[in-house]
Amino acid sequence: MNTKTDLLEARDLTRFYDVSQGPFKPHAVVKALDGVTFSVATGKTLAVVGESGCGKSTLARQVTMIERPTSGQLQFDGFDLANASDQQLKEARQRVQMIFQNPFGSLNPRKKVGSIIGEPLVINTGLSKSEREEQVRSMMGLVGLRPEYYGRYPHMFSGGQRQRIAVARALMLRPKLVVADEPVSALDVSVQAQVLNLLMDLQSELNLAYLLISHDLSVVRHIADDVMVMYLGKVAEYGESEQVFSNPRHPYTRALLASTPHLKPQNRQEHIVLKGEIPSPLAPPAGCVFHTRCPYANERCRTEIPQLRTLADSRKTACHGVEEGRV
Amino acid sequence: MSEMVQTAVAESVPPGPLQEFWGYFRENRGALIGFSFIVAVLLAALFANQLTPHSPYEQYRDYILTPPAWQDGGLWRFPLGTDEVGRDILTRLIHGGRMSLFIGMMVVSLSLLLGTMIGLIAGYAKGMTDTLIMRAMDIIMALPSLLLALAIVTILGPGLINAAIAIAITYLPHYVRITRASVITESSKDYVTASRVSGAGVWRLMFITILPNCMAPLIVQASLGFSNAILDAAALGFIGLGAQPPSPEWGSMLSGALEFIQRAWWVVTFPGLMILLTVLAFNLMGDGLRDALDPKMKR
Repeated sequence: MNTKTDLLEARDLTRFYDVSQGPFKPHAVVKALDGVTFSVATGKTLAVVGESGCGKSTLARQVTMIERPTSGQLQFDGFDLANASDQQLKEARQRVQMIFQNPFGSLNPRKKVGSIIGEPLVINTGLSKSEREEQVRSMMGLVGLRPEYYGRYPHMFSGGQRQRIAVARALMLRPKLVVADEPVSALDVSVQAQVLNLLMDLQSELNLAYLLISHDLSVVRHIADDVMVMYLGKVAEYGESEQVFSNPRHPYTRALLASTPHLKPQNRQEHIVLKGEIPSPLAPPAGCVFHTRCPYANERCRTEIPQLRTLADSRKTACHGVEEGRV
Repeated sequence: MSEMVQTAVAESVPPGPLQEFWGYFRENRGALIGFSFIVAVLLAALFANQLTPHSPYEQYRDYILTPPAWQDGGLWRFPLGTDEVGRDILTRLIHGGRMSLFIGMMVVSLSLLLGTMIGLIAGYAKGMTDTLIMRAMDIIMALPSLLLALAIVTILGPGLINAAIAIAITYLPHYVRITRASVITESSKDYVTASRVSGAGVWRLMFITILPNCMAPLIVQASLGFSNAILDAAALGFIGLGAQPPSPEWGSMLSGALEFIQRAWWVVTFPGLMILLTVLAFNLMGDGLRDALDPKMKR
């Protein structure tokens, strides 16, 4: 995981939000990201997994430079994104692009497909109109859009085709890293595989790195090299995809994996039902944030915050139980 | 195969944006009727001097309150009759189109332009700027529009243009609010974020990405505002702060002749009818305009 060719490297990344609770109450702080450390190598895929509100999308907002992190380091391709100047950010932005969850909201309804895909070129390059059109058309071919779609409006397309348009736009500037925020969860199951295969083909063709944000574990298993499981803004488990899926260690990861439906009865795992809801990020529990729902929690878990520790097989977990050998 | 498709696409020249717009606009019959009526009124107003045999100011004292030509006692010299001082109503209506259309256009374009800008800034900037702008708009809205217009005209001095400016200011909050609301809705959508991730600057985001998606309610509001502007200008004219008395203006013709409504229906009816028809025409055209400009209605 940590090699010399890391494209993106985050160390103790945090992002806090101030939340107003009303005019007469003090401001509260939401720790949307609380000390997250990870890295993505060129041409590889890191999947970030977790339930709603665990900080996945906040992570995407930091990496795509929509927001600046509160503290911590974020290195990308030689840029220090946490402290970069606006000029540096403008340059770095061209190398990170994003694919959004909902292709019905991510395409400007007033623009034609050609100008949607070509917009990054208009903003960032001085190409002439005909040069742009040529590039846009070749990109449309690459993602499997027919050339006559160039002059059509987004509402004329199905979800899968729209997502292809979004992919084409994201790749227009030849980025090195693509942040994909639930790229297929809004699509019909029959189309999901097409888009995923397209993403994988493009990855090997253009040597792209993906930061894949998903809650669909079967998708993650299909596409990811590394997996990072998050819970309430913290990393629960982080390691190579195959290891995490075949032998999950953190109790939360186990519960997540057990919740994946399987077609064949022999593949089905015993259901681990987590009690209760994910706690409010406004008032996270003391100690291990997962202790309120963890079947193995003991006194230490309720008071002491577990650190992310590297295990023998080079995967990392943040769990007292794993460390003590009782999980 | 794909090459064949490519050449076929290259050969069929896509229609220009104007032709495409006209193609969709033409399909809406109501909009087309409204548009033709407006063009007719506009042309009549432009060539008023050539079209009318009388002067709008000439008073035929012998023919005071002559009824329309098809009624008993009507004369074909005055097809729509004469008013209380013997001026030909048809002539005054045609000349009045100039004033009313001018006021409507000026008020609508002024408040639309300014209101959209201010609303866009408020919705995009958020925070303190937004609060300041919106509270200022609330203050304008809290005052009765005619009272505020009166105050502004009193400061600027009476006259048609000043009246138009005053009315435009009183209509500002409507446009600001509509724009701000749609800007806030639109700017939270993913396509705006996508533009930002591609590196779009503030100006591009505001004017090229967000604003075109906020236009539909604004077009409707503008076409409705046209009618209100004509009526408010008439009210100001009635008090003596808008179009000054002898000049023919639909609203002041209407309010000037109110006292004759029992005796001579035509003095009040025809200016009122003109206002009604023009307003209706603008609304119909506004609808068609919105549909023609909305890509979701296209095939």
